[in-house]
Amino acid sequence: MQGKDYIGFSVFVIFMLALPHWISNDYYLGVLVFTAFNCMACVGLCLLMGYAGQISLGHGAFVAIGAYAAGILTTHLGWSPWLAMGAGVLAAVFIALVIGVPSLRLKGHYLAMATLGFASIVHIVSVAAIDITNGPAGIIDIPRIKLFGFALDSDIRYYYFVWIIFAVGLFFAINLVKSRVGRGLRAIHGSEDAASAVGVNITRYKIQIFILSAVYAAVSGSLYAYYVNYIDPGPFDIMYSVLLVTMVAVGGLHSLWGAVAGGILLSLLPELLSMAADTFAGVGIAYKPDYDTIVYGGILLFIMLFMPEGLFGGISTLGSLVFKAIARMAGRRYPSG
Amino acid sequence: MGEPILEFYGLRKEFGGVVAVDRLDFVVDRDTVTSVIGPNGAGKTTIFNMVTGFLPPTSGRIVFKNRDINACKQHVIASLGICRTFQSVQIFSEMTVIENVMVGRHLRSKTGLILSCILPPVMRPEEKKIREDARHWLRFVGLDASADILAGSLPLGNQRMLEIARALATEPKLLLLDEPASGLNTRETIAMGELIGNIRALGVTVVLVEHDMELVMGISDHVAVLNFGMLIAEGTPAQIQENPDVITAYLGE
Ligand SMILES: Nc1ncnc2c1ncn2[C@@H]1O[C@H](COP(=O)(O)OP(=O)(O)OP(=O)(O)O)[C@@H](O)[C@H]1O
Ligand SMILES: [Mg+2]
Repeated sequence: MQGKDYIGFSVFVIFMLALPHWISNDYYLGVLVFTAFNCMACVGLCLLMGYAGQISLGHGAFVAIGAYAAGILTTHLGWSPWLAMGAGVLAAVFIALVIGVPSLRLKGHYLAMATLGFASIVHIVSVAAIDITNGPAGIIDIPRIKLFGFALDSDIRYYYFVWIIFAVGLFFAINLVKSRVGRGLRAIHGSEDAASAVGVNITRYKIQIFILSAVYAAVSGSLYAYYVNYIDPGPFDIMYSVLLVTMVAVGGLHSLWGAVAGGILLSLLPELLSMAADTFAGVGIAYKPDYDTIVYGGILLFIMLFMPEGLFGGISTLGSLVFKAIARMAGRRYPSG
Repeated sequence: MGEPILEFYGLRKEFGGVVAVDRLDFVVDRDTVTSVIGPNGAGKTTIFNMVTGFLPPTSGRIVFKNRDINACKQHVIASLGICRTFQSVQIFSEMTVIENVMVGRHLRSKTGLILSCILPPVMRPEEKKIREDARHWLRFVGLDASADILAGSLPLGNQRMLEIARALATEPKLLLLDEPASGLNTRETIAMGELIGNIRALGVTVVLVEHDMELVMGISDHVAVLNFGMLIAEGTPAQIQENPDVITAYLGE
């Protein structure tokens, strides 16, 4: 029972590290690098949404904090990329504390509103504080990150780098949900009254998890900045935050694997859609990338209506139904007694 | 007279216009089983809610082990050594039986967020200890055979036992049981009575709210009777059974 997630984890990591053997095209590797960024943010957000029961509608802003810390500190101040990433993480921790402490003390979904407000502030600052962020023009020439003096300057190297970092992040998250702290969180989900009656400090846990989820987002943002070497406010708008929530919800709130699945699926969806568009074009129907938003919305709506447990939950419910049906048939064939 | 563990002074709770508890002066002695009885709506659960920090009293004081606990939060109260069960069972139904009790070990263990992230549970000795302790309390209430099934799939009687095991796992000095026998059949009620006796033998003071008079009178050292939020009588079970006010309160409703 205990080991199931770790087996799943090992299989997943081996698979992701083996994948470049079949996919060597730089374009697709790039898509998979972006997938890792999204998955990283999704895992943190899943801890918050699925385990602490809170929603952040501004998680993209923490990704932006990580990205801008990396961009500004390396280009303006000449910091090393690792140090700049650390500073981004610290900034995210600090901001999460400032937002989280007042809003998580209250019962209800105040955090959702607070993070939404925070995200619009971050977006406005990134556009308007031209001296620091260079506004809509963005920051160029962000250096590449080095690992033990080894430049991560090709898509394949960066692919391994981000997926290994993601694997570490996922490993930490799996450990967490299995631990004393994770049990406390699941207990809160089961019954806040009972959890607090046995001494679980609900507010404190919610704040801690919110901070942790912000750290995942900030790391994701810094890694993004070092990969594309250029950042502008565009990718970090409110829609990105909504997309992250969608990824987690699509996969299934209460499972880290669901978040990973949702992250991968929705990151690859534009590619799948453009392939589909090529096919449609063949039969004379024009599909434009503008329609993507409608497709995302439709997917979210469909999942929420028909698979409230998310894809992952839906599939495992289906699996156990099939299993039960088989067991029932087998039971009929071999009556007991 | 024994040594007091829990004391109420002029305790009062209003909900809008409703006075649920009024001018309550009462002392619970250490190492006793003290029962609080009274008709529906008398204010029994409200007292528990105030003691455990779920509701702030409107006025008055609650003193536990010579310390004023009026303004404490739920988790702080638990850490002081008071734990409770709920009238409508509150278990973590999506977690296994043993995991429920492991949550009860929360205060007695300390691995924090960062260490929890870095090391898998199998590599932390504390995790093993938590599991062993939880198993001990499951055995204490007789549920160790069900350790690995989902708590939500237990029958009600066992859910009540599980709730008590989880509360005991916090190693409380004072245990508040809110109608532990409600919904139980005769056999289960007898087992519950035995369990409460065993808990007292551990040196845990028990406050029991219960409608089953046979259970209450059989097990209590001291009984308090509440009607419309006010204490109308207290004494030994024998004294209470003969008290004319109590008889009218029960027959008159
Ligand atoms: N949270 C609350 N908000 C408003 N009124 C409440 C609340 N809790 C209790 N009351 C009211 O206070 C009074 C006392 O309720 P309480 O639950 O303490 O009674 P009780 O003695 O536990 O009854 P029972 O035997 O039915 O459990 C009732 O009139 C109830 O409606
Ligand atoms: Mg009650």
